Amino acid sequence: MRVDWTTFWPRIIEATGQTITMVFFTLIFASILGFTIGISLFVTRKGNILENKAIHLILNLFINIVRPIPFIILLVTIGPLTRIVVGTTIGTSAAIFPMTIAASFGVARIVENNLVAIDPGLIEAAKAMGASPVQIIFTVLIPETLGPLILGLTFITVALIDFSAIAGTVGGGGLGDLAMTYGYQRFDGSVMLVTVTVLIILVQFAQLLGNKLSHKFLRK
Amino acid sequence: MITFNHVTKTFGEGERALKAVDDVSLTVEKGDIFGVIGFSGAGKSTLLRLVNLLERPTEGEIMVNERNISSLSQVELRRLRRRIGMIFQQFNLFNARTVFGNVAYPLKLAKVPKQEIETKVTELLQFVGLSDKANHYPEQLSGGQKQRVGIARALATSPDVLICDEATSALDPETTGEILNLLKKVNEEYHITILLITHEMHVIKSICNRVAVMDNGRVIEEGSVFNVFSNPQTKTAKNFISSVLNDRLSIKLLNKLRTDHQGRLFRLIFKGDTTNKPILSQVAKKYNIDFNIAYGSINELQVHLLGNLIVELIGADSEINHVIAELEQTIEVREVLDHES
Ligand SMILES: Nc1ncnc2c1ncn2[C@@H]1O[C@H](COP(=O)(O)OP(=O)(O)O)[C@@H](O)[C@H]1O
Ligand SMILES: [Mg+2]
Repeated sequence: MRVDWTTFWPRIIEATGQTITMVFFTLIFASILGFTIGISLFVTRKGNILENKAIHLILNLFINIVRPIPFIILLVTIGPLTRIVVGTTIGTSAAIFPMTIAASFGVARIVENNLVAIDPGLIEAAKAMGASPVQIIFTVLIPETLGPLILGLTFITVALIDFSAIAGTVGGGGLGDLAMTYGYQRFDGSVMLVTVTVLIILVQFAQLLGNKLSHKFLRK
Repeated sequence: MITFNHVTKTFGEGERALKAVDDVSLTVEKGDIFGVIGFSGAGKSTLLRLVNLLERPTEGEIMVNERNISSLSQVELRRLRRRIGMIFQQFNLFNARTVFGNVAYPLKLAKVPKQEIETKVTELLQFVGLSDKANHYPEQLSGGQKQRVGIARALATSPDVLICDEATSALDPETTGEILNLLKKVNEEYHITILLITHEMHVIKSICNRVAVMDNGRVIEEGSVFNVFSNPQTKTAKNFISSVLNDRLSIKLLNKLRTDHQGRLFRLIFKGDTTNKPILSQVAKKYNIDFNIAYGSINELQVHLLGNLIVELIGADSEINHVIAELEQTIEVREVLDHES
């Protein structure tokens, strides 16, 4: 069966919008959650500003459990939880929840890894100037690692475009869904080509934006 | 201003326990530039970090402005830290902030109004000679300039005390001199007490009025720079002092002096006022001997002079003994028998 391109172009645009929506909101929620977990992980380390063995251990364990789960399995496994939180397991907003969970832990690790690389002398200097732990987080830890953190987030964004395609196939819509239903299941090579091209453009654009932004903050 | 009262800091526990600071008692008076010198690992940094409680003492008490700092609440401690500026060997500037941003940082923490911050930072950058670098980032500065920013930042909250952890150890000799002069200016113009630690004796010699020598966590010698330099009690202190006074002879030089000078060699040490009296030529005239200056150095310590001469005395032994006896009434005399003397 041939595709009717006059009705198909609007669908492409709609699907692109859905993909961008999923990625954008996931990125925002995952950043908030991921930064919170990543920073908590760092500051509760031994000898750090809010040392706390128990919290550190629990967070670490949690990340190590969730991170290795393949996304498609996570997506299905937390379906019931998604239903409780979002009210449904179908649609774009229902896809954002599992994507956020998966991405948060990735962001958390990236945040922690970058914070570990920070010169402890800077934290010490801030302490010596009378900074409280919260002030240290917002005036030293985040600003001093922003450059590499943005690069890390760019990496996550690209991965999210990938996740969104998977989430799409289980009812989230978006480009992945489109490519699967029209391109793959109906063996239409031209539809496949268009969606893949749009995905590539999105990835390139995200990468470019990330590089530009991180460069602006990269100072060493 | 700052008093250590039998302070001990132990790292680790049980068999691994290490006394980085061991029963130290010290007093830094208002207006002092107090230097603590010691080899690497002596416990100097730990001692310094106790002053603003970056480390907590295991035993003993530390008084700053007559308050026992161990009993302060977190909020009080943060307030106290603003009264104690700190500068570091590696500068520890924030790379993501400009020079202006770095100096403004402690003021922002203290929630000082923007206008006031502007005025204060401008004044400080002028004081350290970096007005034209306000919008530069630390990566664009030389080591000496970075330390100037560090000093300006430490002065931002108008502290009473400045504590300096090897502030010049990462700098070349010329820049070191400039930074030391700046610290002296801080002490004189802003009347800020300075406690510094170093492993370089010339730092102590250049700007300190009081010195403590640290070894293995203990303070083994303490006093005015002039007294410790002119009359060191311990071997460690003596070693540090000869590294800057240039008063030790190498074996090679001593051998050369011995071949060039056949008479007996004596080391004469002049302190303070005795440096401006013609003691040597007076006794030489009185007794029938000649003298020959083989080697010497004169050092300025604060406002005192410390002279160190090696002279050859030529004449009859009995005359020389008289000369020595007479000299010893005003200065210190030691016969040079080997390169250690
Ligand atoms: N946080 C720490 N934990 C364990 N040992 C430490 C710590 N800080 C310093 N030390 C040890 O204490 C001793 C004194 O160190 P330090 O005060 O840095 O000496 P200095 O500044 O004179 O070189 C050293 O043996 C050092 O290894
Ligand atoms: Mg040190």
